[in-house]
Amino acid sequence: MTGSTGTTATRPAAPPKQAAPRLRTPRRPYSPSRPRRSVLLTVLTAVVLVYSLLPLLWLVLSATKSQEGLSRSFGLWFDRDIDLWHNITETFTYQDGVFLRWLLNTLMYVVVGAGGATLLAVLGGYALAKFDFPGKRAVFAVVIGAVAVPTTALAVPTFLMFSKIGLTDTPWAVIIPSLISPFGLYLMWVFATEAIPTELMEAARIDGASELRTFFQVALPLLAPGTVTVLLFTTVATWNNYFLPLIMLKDPDWYPLTLGLDAWNKQAQTAGGEAVFNLVVTGSLLTIVPLVAAFLSLQKYWQSGLSAGSVKE
Amino acid sequence: MTTLQPTAAAGPRPAGPPTRRARRSWTGWGFIGPFVLVFALVFLAPLAYSVYLSLFRTQLIGGTRFVGLENYQQALQDGQFWDGVLRVGLFLLVQVPIMLGIALLVALAIDSGRLYGKDFFRISVFLPYAVPAVVATLMWGFMYGPRFGLVGDINDAFGVTLPDPLSSGLILASIGNIVTWEFVGYNMLIFYAALRVIPQSLYEAAEIDGAGQWRVIASIKLPAIRGALVIATIFSVIGSFQLFNEPAILQKLAPNAITTDYTPNYYTYSLSFSGQQHNYSATVAIVMGVITMVVAYVVQLRGMRKGA
Repeated sequence: MTGSTGTTATRPAAPPKQAAPRLRTPRRPYSPSRPRRSVLLTVLTAVVLVYSLLPLLWLVLSATKSQEGLSRSFGLWFDRDIDLWHNITETFTYQDGVFLRWLLNTLMYVVVGAGGATLLAVLGGYALAKFDFPGKRAVFAVVIGAVAVPTTALAVPTFLMFSKIGLTDTPWAVIIPSLISPFGLYLMWVFATEAIPTELMEAARIDGASELRTFFQVALPLLAPGTVTVLLFTTVATWNNYFLPLIMLKDPDWYPLTLGLDAWNKQAQTAGGEAVFNLVVTGSLLTIVPLVAAFLSLQKYWQSGLSAGSVKE
Repeated sequence: MTTLQPTAAAGPRPAGPPTRRARRSWTGWGFIGPFVLVFALVFLAPLAYSVYLSLFRTQLIGGTRFVGLENYQQALQDGQFWDGVLRVGLFLLVQVPIMLGIALLVALAIDSGRLYGKDFFRISVFLPYAVPAVVATLMWGFMYGPRFGLVGDINDAFGVTLPDPLSSGLILASIGNIVTWEFVGYNMLIFYAALRVIPQSLYEAAEIDGAGQWRVIASIKLPAIRGALVIATIFSVIGSFQLFNEPAILQKLAPNAITTDYTPNYYTYSLSFSGQQHNYSATVAIVMGVITMVVAYVVQLRGMRKGA
């Protein structure tokens, strides 16, 4: 309710350990605010952890194997030959280095598509959280309702519309639909409601700041952790997008990584096609690495944002 | 009139309340306008076009002509379509509760502060979400498969014959496993984020009242994140009804178990891009959209009523 300064004033700052027993009854077995660690709970939760990580371990191990190594070795251990480096260079050089082209395409789709989607979501979420405008409920209802529409209900007419104006088989066919993230809008709405005190906006307005200035100088810094989160989610959505490019793109030169990998996998099934499972596996690993790196490196920022949000109460 | 809000006594400015209200009512559009504009372009326009398409039919002889609701009539009697609907319905009833249940348990476990290494848990369980559906499906598809899969390895190593995950009897469960793997961490994070914003003062109050951890979960945590639970359920329902990526990619590895009308979404895709039946495809997609919205709406109504 009040700022953190208010709370610290009424209570000893950073309550030291020895002070706690006097303030609280010491014999209480469970304390929600200061729980004890549990080995049993950790082990039980670790089951889900293993489930989550085992396939990734399989992928990493498989990327070190040659095509023959994949079939002759046990899935969760190394083959006798380690071919990781050879696999990586072959992935990047196979078919005149088309994999690198796909990687650059994906990066472009992410920068323009996910960046734009985040911008629109931040602006829209801020509006939904902090303004009362005519049609606000209608906007939200329509956006949420439209999420339920199957992607194909939109994909077919979007494809036909785009082909009429000559946008299919161009990057725009992938980028423009990526600009809308209803979930990003929802997330920003919730976040902005919590993170921006209306009094602060009032204060800025009384000081004569314009709405734009209030947004950029007061709201945006407070929205930073939410923005990073939305950016992360839209990045994942764009990076991992498969259906949209599948419909819109014919020219492999515009493929994102997902479509390219799918093409390599299908190649083995077509008559006369060369099976390149080792490249599919290694390419898959290379596709995941940038996103995992982004998550791990942004983790701290986003974690501090989350905890900062909850400490405020 | 002037004493409507006693708290709004910031009345040194005489014209304060009216101007502020006026400014509030329209400036919001300045911020949401860009979103709404692009939204109209990539959601509403195609949707309207879709409805338009569904009213026509292209014939080999005679070209495209207006047929009214004939396409809808056809869709309602289309066995291929309804088989797909039943399939995703079954998928939804089994997969979504399992996935959301696991996600909720993990979120509560991490939030309880009783885990060793909770940050490691959080990021690791979330990681599969970063894996594209294409890669996840290829990965699990290879692992399922007899060629260099784990199932084949285990069969060889232990001299057993495990049931084939790519057989037509098990393929739906196998797809469910892939989807669960992909989205447990995502939903866990949604729940966890909702748990984090519960005011600490509530826990302190519970502690003073002598509430145990189960009581805290039942009386504070679950009610507080009900909104997140409902939203996650709705998104999962929608996701199930739109199932496409996993069956479409797995289809190459299990051509006999997965047909091109396996899910309604796959069916509309096949109709449109292999069969060139754009009009009928749009119709099927619309019918499916209506079903999805009805189910999502029911979920929302029930979810909101529960604790109210």
